[in-house]
Amino acid sequence: MPAETAIAWEGVTKRYRDTAAVDDVSVAVAAGSFVALVGGSGAGKSTLLQCVNRLVEPTAGRVLVHGQDVRDPPAPTLRRGIGYVFQSIGLFPHMTVGENIAIGLTIAGQAARGRIDEMLDLVDLPRDMAARMPDALSGGQRQRVAIARALAPAPSILLLDEAFGALDPVTRDTLGQAVRALHDRLALTTILVTHDMAEALLLADRVLVMARGRLVADERPRALLDGAGGAAAQALVAVPRDQAARMGRLA
Amino acid sequence: MSSFVDALSRVPPLLAAHVQLAAAAMLLALVIGLPLGLWSARRPGVARVVLGFASLVQTIPGLALLALFYPLLLSLSTLVGGGIPALGFLPALLALTLYALLPILRNLVEGLRGIDDGVLRAADAVGMTRTQKLRLVEAPLAAPVAVAGLRTAAVWTIGAATLSTTVGCPSLGDMIFAGLQTQSWSLVLAGCVAAAGLALVVDAAIGAIQTGLTTRRRWLWRGATALLAIGVATSTLPLWASRGGPVVVVGAKNFSEQYILARLIGDRLTRAGYTVEYRDGLGSAVAFQAVAGGQVDVYVEYAGTIWNGAMARRDVVPRPAMIAAIRDWARAKHGVGLLGGLGFENAYAFATRRRDLATIADLARVAPGLRLGSDLEFLERPEWAAVRDRYGLRFAGTTPYSPTFMYRALASGRADVITAFSSDGRIAADRLTVLTDPAGAIPGYDAILLASPARADDARFRAALRPLIGHIPVAAMREANYRVDRDTDKETPEAAAHWLARRVGLEEQLP
Repeated sequence: MPAETAIAWEGVTKRYRDTAAVDDVSVAVAAGSFVALVGGSGAGKSTLLQCVNRLVEPTAGRVLVHGQDVRDPPAPTLRRGIGYVFQSIGLFPHMTVGENIAIGLTIAGQAARGRIDEMLDLVDLPRDMAARMPDALSGGQRQRVAIARALAPAPSILLLDEAFGALDPVTRDTLGQAVRALHDRLALTTILVTHDMAEALLLADRVLVMARGRLVADERPRALLDGAGGAAAQALVAVPRDQAARMGRLA
Repeated sequence: MSSFVDALSRVPPLLAAHVQLAAAAMLLALVIGLPLGLWSARRPGVARVVLGFASLVQTIPGLALLALFYPLLLSLSTLVGGGIPALGFLPALLALTLYALLPILRNLVEGLRGIDDGVLRAADAVGMTRTQKLRLVEAPLAAPVAVAGLRTAAVWTIGAATLSTTVGCPSLGDMIFAGLQTQSWSLVLAGCVAAAGLALVVDAAIGAIQTGLTTRRRWLWRGATALLAIGVATSTLPLWASRGGPVVVVGAKNFSEQYILARLIGDRLTRAGYTVEYRDGLGSAVAFQAVAGGQVDVYVEYAGTIWNGAMARRDVVPRPAMIAAIRDWARAKHGVGLLGGLGFENAYAFATRRRDLATIADLARVAPGLRLGSDLEFLERPEWAAVRDRYGLRFAGTTPYSPTFMYRALASGRADVITAFSSDGRIAADRLTVLTDPAGAIPGYDAILLASPARADDARFRAALRPLIGHIPVAAMREANYRVDRDTDKETPEAAAHWLARRVGLEEQLP
């Protein structure tokens, strides 16, 4: 039985003046899959991702979420069903950790009682952290809070927009694995935008490679490692592979 | 010291008016500034225009801004067929509101623009509506900076509100201007202390709100806001208190004689059961407009001022004929009632310490070697042009002074001749020679009582003031003026008014 399509981009183009950040991209993502969107800076991957929760409005084409055009519901309604975590984190500095986590429920007029503790448990943070202010937290802790905030309203889709980009390598690795575990446990559809091919290969079920606004490869991680996907994709795969080889020679 | 305590007793009603004016201006500035600031923060083009305009307004001196609103409102009122008061609360409110706008706008825009982009993106991404984003994220994060602007605006507004006296809106400036004119420094000091104290208290209260918002201590900013609101309510209490009887406004221009006569008139009206308010320090030109427009119910004018000014007459006619002509003109053109002359004249008179001169004709012969000290407006007035042309007066130099300093200039020899006022007590006290006007170039300056259209036919009102008509001889007026103007043992205009009332037999000598 083929899995239901959670997200579909249909001929999506986004132009800024003369340059096309995203150039006629069509691709569908099955529900429950963990897809990595990889590319160098300026490849258009964040723009493509943000068309899903309408932080970016496409110039042409359309995006479907669970078969519905994202322009049909009002933007706030759409966004409340999609978790979004991004590099600059954006915790509300004037709210406690607990208030930050509960915000999605608060603005929708839902009770947040119990949910804060549950979410803190989920992202492996102590419950007493709920009363702290964001500026008292480390970078990794803040990003965990941001993930908890994104997941608190129980969305079916999680968008990770360079979410681990600003973290140190150790935190980054730990958090990546934690997110993958959450993805499996909550049966999410997750899209991870990253410029780090190693991260993509290790976490995702499927890797989409973008270059200059176009989709240039769509492969399983295993296939990429076996040399599929073309020159642009292989150039990205070569980086972690060479690094591993060089480290192997050092050992 | 006791005069300072006396002066302090005048503070409460003026403080009430001051707080009311400043608070209203701040509120209006907020109502205008908040949406304008929000709009500006989202549109850089709008911000350039709005902040540019607000900065431009800020470069206009406060006094000039207030003064500009008078002709502006006057012509606006004419345009819409009347009904817009050009004097009093409205022009003061508008000028102060404009003044308060810049710091409010600038800080609001700065506060909103200073919010981290990531935080704003997060607000969108979690699914906030525009209103939720404004209420839950933008407002609380911009508040500390925005409130700092509010604080600056409040201190400016309270300071600038003292200038509203000049457009006939009562404020603590009444004490400062009156004190400056009568050289009653305790009055000036009391006015300044009250205004500065008010500014400090408000600054501290808004400062506490700001600290509360910055450090996220809800009780602090809420408490300080509540205290501020209670403070405004309590200090304006004298304005809400029920008044006995109808309210009349007695106007006064900005010199001692006017202050004294206003109190004399006010005392008569109080006895007749009216509640009296004073508008002190009105500019000479605005006083007549104020009585015609009903912002002032009664004041003392001088025949020649109307004759040469509003009526633009250049001929000189006998004084009784002149008063009759003014009576007819004021009634027909403006509905203003001339209740009668007070019985003395306060004419422009050339006064000197020299004993060898008796007439202006004598003066004309030696004038090229002499310096003339005038009051602030005389050299611009038609009387000066008339007398200059009639006698061929040419002085070595002319310098305008405020009245008090004009007498000082004569005493110190910096001026040889001054344009004194014939009812001024200092003429006798300084033993000055007043030069006669054989050619009749200067019109009569009989003191006349003018009443607003609403009061002109009010029998009770006229009856209350009738005892003043023709009852104040110039000698009595001079002495009353001197009691206020002299350098030592100065009396307040109120005390001099009481003295004058007894002197002319309006009041029984109290045991």
